[in-house]
Amino acid sequence: MNGIPMEHGLLLSAVLFVLGLVGVLVRRNLIMILMSLEVMLNATGLAFIVAGARWGEADGQIMFLLILTLAAAEVGVGLGLALQIFRRFHTLDADSLNGMKG
Amino acid sequence: MAMTLFYITSAVAVFATVMMITRLNAVHGLLYLILSLLAVGVLFFLLGAHFAAVLEVIIYAGAIMVLFVFVIMMLNQGQKTIEQERAWLQPGIWIGPSLLALILFIEMLVIVVLDGGAETGHVVNAKQVGIALYGPYLLTVELASILLLAGLVGAYHLAKPIIKIEGKS
Repeated sequence: MNGIPMEHGLLLSAVLFVLGLVGVLVRRNLIMILMSLEVMLNATGLAFIVAGARWGEADGQIMFLLILTLAAAEVGVGLGLALQIFRRFHTLDADSLNGMKG
Repeated sequence: MAMTLFYITSAVAVFATVMMITRLNAVHGLLYLILSLLAVGVLFFLLGAHFAAVLEVIIYAGAIMVLFVFVIMMLNQGQKTIEQERAWLQPGIWIGPSLLALILFIEMLVIVVLDGGAETGHVVNAKQVGIALYGPYLLTVELASILLLAGLVGAYHLAKPIIKIEGKS
């Protein structure tokens, strides 16, 4: 094993995950929040690939495939919700959606 | 050699992500997000996961980003779009993502010149992934297909226009 140390790959994955989390917490635009969620899911996929490459097993790539499926379904539903929110409230500001009916 | 490529690609990924979450405009953020995903794809290739690298480029940087572009287009209707387009198409916007893409392209050229010898660790090829996917993970594949079906139905239902019902607003 003369390649990339696993700690560095996992560290990069953690850094990307934290950056995505910061994006979710800081940004108030719904599209930007969804994009930051994509970064977080991608970072977890990177962690699985790093672990799969460390032990030379195919399971890491299969977990990445499942995360890819999850991300596709999530972004479809999330963007549908964003469209519906824009039609009803004419804004994409997440803070403007804090009122409940009833 | 592969270590150097790994650290350069990691720097590109982190820088593109930081630029993504600090852009005020969603389209500019999207450009940097695509660069971040492409950099992670190069990382997958360097880690020996060729199949995952290809999927990352095709599905993440291709299909999912196209969904984002569609929604951003649909949310910006009206006359003011023209002024927005003019403001968005300033030449300076393209310099940052183009430079990052150039770095990734040069890395890929280096890998090709090295005749694919840049992988580190164990190469897990698509055949092994396919055998495992349709062997012990068969039930998981079915569950993933059910999840995609649920996402399809949900997205179709949520993105429909509001239908006015009599007696309700």
